[in-house]
Amino acid sequence: MTDARALRDLGPRPVWVRVHGVSKSYGDLAVLRDVDVCFRPGRITAVLGPNGAGKTTLLKMILGLVRPDEGTVTLGQARVNGDAAYRRDIGYMPQLPRFPDNLTGHELASMLDDLRGFEGRPDDSLVESFGIVTEMSKPFRALSGGNQQKLNAALALRYRATVLVLDEPTAGLDPVAARVLKDRVRTERDAGRTVLLTSHDLGQLQSLADDVVFLLDGVVRFEGEVSELLAATGQAELEGAIAALILEGGDERSGPARSSGCGEEVA
Amino acid sequence: MSTTRKVFRYQTRNVVRSRALIGYALFFLATTLGLVRLGGGVERVLPSLANVVLLAVPLVSLLVATIFLYDGRPFTELLLSQPVGRRSLFAGLYLGLTLPLIGAFLLGVGLPLASSGATQEVPGQAVLLLLSGTLLTAVFTAIGFVVAFTLGDAARGLGAALLLWLVLTVVYDGVVLIASHAFAAYPLERPMLVAMVLNPVDLARVLILIAVDASALLGYTGAVFQDFFGKGWGLVGAAVSLTAWIALPYAWALRRFTRMDF
Repeated sequence: MTDARALRDLGPRPVWVRVHGVSKSYGDLAVLRDVDVCFRPGRITAVLGPNGAGKTTLLKMILGLVRPDEGTVTLGQARVNGDAAYRRDIGYMPQLPRFPDNLTGHELASMLDDLRGFEGRPDDSLVESFGIVTEMSKPFRALSGGNQQKLNAALALRYRATVLVLDEPTAGLDPVAARVLKDRVRTERDAGRTVLLTSHDLGQLQSLADDVVFLLDGVVRFEGEVSELLAATGQAELEGAIAALILEGGDERSGPARSSGCGEEVA
Repeated sequence: MSTTRKVFRYQTRNVVRSRALIGYALFFLATTLGLVRLGGGVERVLPSLANVVLLAVPLVSLLVATIFLYDGRPFTELLLSQPVGRRSLFAGLYLGLTLPLIGAFLLGVGLPLASSGATQEVPGQAVLLLLSGTLLTAVFTAIGFVVAFTLGDAARGLGAALLLWLVLTVVYDGVVLIASHAFAAYPLERPMLVAMVLNPVDLARVLILIAVDASALLGYTGAVFQDFFGKGWGLVGAAVSLTAWIALPYAWALRRFTRMDF
């Protein structure tokens, strides 16, 4: 667990993401039920669960795209769905890179720069690492699926945002690009950023994630470190541990208790 | 620069490069040129051109708006995850779709009309034709926004858009005809006026045809409208009603957009 001293070394402004007592229903379907979780800075947290478990809804709530029926979501001190300015802290990589067909990568990047009011020098290192510098001048529709996904990742990581929300980040990437991106995500974690991600590739997640939030039927069934999940389920791999949790399917939330949910923020 | 202008700028850049918009402009360019060449005089061409405008503009505006919005849903989500307000974003998206469509229409119809001398020979009629197409574009793009932000499923949304177009352009005329026949013994003026105000296509038709003075083409509701208001007030009433047809769907779609979950 990250201690206070470690947090002081993380960077200028670590941001906790707190989800407190959140419920969400669509008609009769309860998608999230009284969810309490905390995403900590300097950690990569994988949000896992079977299809329909509520993962996407939870991530979209943090982005302000879905409003909770009950409960609150906060990024640091800012409450989600309040002033939109809090979203400057977020870098979001959607699962599907479906951007405007006729804009080039440079234009898409400029558009996001303009909308964010970003005045510094954006971080284009991922564009170079992926080898898509020349592709940035082509219309989006002319890019291959893999290059579209690389551009998607490069845009999400362009602003050194303190909270990164990555939805299936390595889907559609070749092994080399996937490795580049995973290394970059680790670098972001080491710089103190709060990283949330989902993926169905549990093998990859095991080597990448520090923490796991496991959702089943809209309820958090486990919240803790990957090693704790493996120990609790007696499994050697994340895939087996998740399968065990699904088969268990109990009502009780497992995982180590955390005092005050997120711990204390360090000024 | 405001968020609306920023979104508008990039949305416009994307839309004007799309094949759909280029094809739309070329379609009107070819149709107008063809009618002007073969129609035997600008004045005689305008009613025919009006019919093409009344069918094509609502259909294309509705389809382009719904397809762009459904297809661009993930990008809209990405934009909403930036530090921008939903109202400004909505306005940028709407203007970024509507103004290029209007531009393509004006280019496709206005350029051949101007080059054929229509704007000198019958300036009022040509301008009203262009104004009607412009207003119809804004109306049906706004309706497309309502559809796309009300129905989550793209297939259902496109189906609803097509059905709406069919009802307003074809079924409506049939219903009016049947009603006027079935209730011929009753005073139908006021109900027909209400029916016309409820149909932006009919309003645009009246706006064009009153100006063209083609009474035979006005249809039942148009004749009632002209008779009730006279030419001058009829034009003003139709234009005001069409403007309301932009504002109401826009406000409805905006309300949905600002409150909906993505």
